[in-house]
Amino acid sequence: MRRFRAVYIIWLRDLKRHFRDRARIIGSLGSPIVFVFILGQGLGASFRFTGAEADFDYKVFMFPGILGMTVLFAGVFAAVSIVWDREFGFLKEMLVAPVPSWSIALGKVISGATIATSQGALMLLLAPLVGIRLTLPMVLALLPTMFLVSISMTGMGILVATRLKSMQGFQVVMNFIMMPMFFISGAMFQLSSAPAWMDVLSRINPLTYGVDALRSIMVADFPSRYPLGYDLAMLAIISSALIIISIIAFSRQQ
Amino acid sequence: MNPAEPIISVEDLTRVFGSLIAVDRVSFDVAGREVFGFLGPNGAGKTTTINMLCTLLKPTSGHATLNGYDISSQQDQVRQSIGIVFQDPTLDEQLTARENLQFHAMLYNVPASEREIRSRRVLEIVGLAERSRDKVETFSGGMKRRLEIARGLMHYPRVLFLDEPTLGLDPQTRTAIWEYVHELRQQYGITVFLTTHYMDEAENCDRIAIIDHGNIVALDKPDDLKHRVGGDIITLRPVDAEATRRELKDRFGLNGAILEAHADNSGPAGTHLRLEAPSGRTLLPQLLKGLSTEILSVTVREPTLDDVFLSLTGRQIREEAAAGKMAVMKDRIRIRRRARSH
Repeated sequence: MRRFRAVYIIWLRDLKRHFRDRARIIGSLGSPIVFVFILGQGLGASFRFTGAEADFDYKVFMFPGILGMTVLFAGVFAAVSIVWDREFGFLKEMLVAPVPSWSIALGKVISGATIATSQGALMLLLAPLVGIRLTLPMVLALLPTMFLVSISMTGMGILVATRLKSMQGFQVVMNFIMMPMFFISGAMFQLSSAPAWMDVLSRINPLTYGVDALRSIMVADFPSRYPLGYDLAMLAIISSALIIISIIAFSRQQ
Repeated sequence: MNPAEPIISVEDLTRVFGSLIAVDRVSFDVAGREVFGFLGPNGAGKTTTINMLCTLLKPTSGHATLNGYDISSQQDQVRQSIGIVFQDPTLDEQLTARENLQFHAMLYNVPASEREIRSRRVLEIVGLAERSRDKVETFSGGMKRRLEIARGLMHYPRVLFLDEPTLGLDPQTRTAIWEYVHELRQQYGITVFLTTHYMDEAENCDRIAIIDHGNIVALDKPDDLKHRVGGDIITLRPVDAEATRRELKDRFGLNGAILEAHADNSGPAGTHLRLEAPSGRTLLPQLLKGLSTEILSVTVREPTLDDVFLSLTGRQIREEAAAGKMAVMKDRIRIRRRARSH
């Protein structure tokens, strides 16, 4: 019981920090908004969808993808805060406390996922602006789905944080992991016409299932890639695996 | 626990990093309520030893118990028994002082009803009561260190570890922190285990272990350590160091050591001759009368722990610039006082 209390304490501290930093909360919504309303507007004209009506609005297609992007960035970033904690010394305060190190890692995964989900929830407020009408059941389905996606993102973030010795390496992670993950997830374009190598990569990318699931829930009249149940099952499997691997990696580095 | 029983007991503790033996079969006991100091240059193995005692690092071999718990097999109990202030700050700067303390209290299972009372009390001890609701990022270096000490006390530890507690702090803050340390011992009966490479700071300890290259080379009360050095220390600044050294040897039978000194507590930079003599003050006038080689300046002083270290290891602990300056000031004051009283 005491050990799970430690998970809660880590979670509480991260949330306190996050919700105190209003500027960052608003700021991190900047790029998703730019994507939807500028890129979405511009690219929309030249898009042809397979399996949907010809005049299907690209922004509606893109919105769940951008939701996935928000969760991806917020989740990885929240988890990588371990690197900050290490640099500012606070990680040591947690590591010498009479709590096991797995509870610290698990606390970080859950706090990161909570923060990422809350950022996603903020983005949902913009859904009506692209013409998606949200209903309560929809929102109730979207939130846990986003949480599930977030868990795999924060799990991955922790894994990255155990390898990163300083924040300087984060740019590399951004360019070689996060951006490719985003583009190969089907967030911006349909994967049906993608070459074989991209198709393979997309199948091991948790964000692919995340975006597909979010799109299935939000956009009823667009053909999804996989059934919703399959998406959720894949997400659950990948998330569990990432949680376990990241906890082991975190505990081992100490 | 029986007060006669040591609170920390270390036996043949060893830690190896690759081919480097950082701590080499170290053994010692620390008594309850003692202020115990680890003195040695950077890289001597002080922090490595502390990290092992705090269960942050596994010993390569050897044993140690703290508060009756084994550091290898009873980590959680050891951790619950200790408070630690590291060399570098480990506070969450985005949280307030009070939040940092509350977070710590939760991690250490302090009952919820106690958290508020305790955090108020420890903040008072370190004089930060009015700043409790300010973010830590607005604090000065000295305030942060005080807050860390306060935090280390939140769970009523039996032993407080202070790793270089006053490193980089100004003299007033250093004095203040030492006052807290002594107060804590008196009021709460806790044992303080600290590391330092400041000589004047080590004098505050009940006992000091001098550590060099991973070994304890001496362990005693500061005064007893100083008595091991042969009397007063005379430092001469001759024009020709070698000629003076020879003359001292031939005419007075004194063995002087030539030192290339930095500007530190023994005087300005340059070539010095260092002598140890049982009663330096009465010897000095004879020396000056008898010497034919020219001398630029002379100081006589009682041995310090630096001299102890020098006589044990043949090297000086190189103090950091700021500390060195302070020591010079202190020496000057001491010399002035002496001059007045004579």
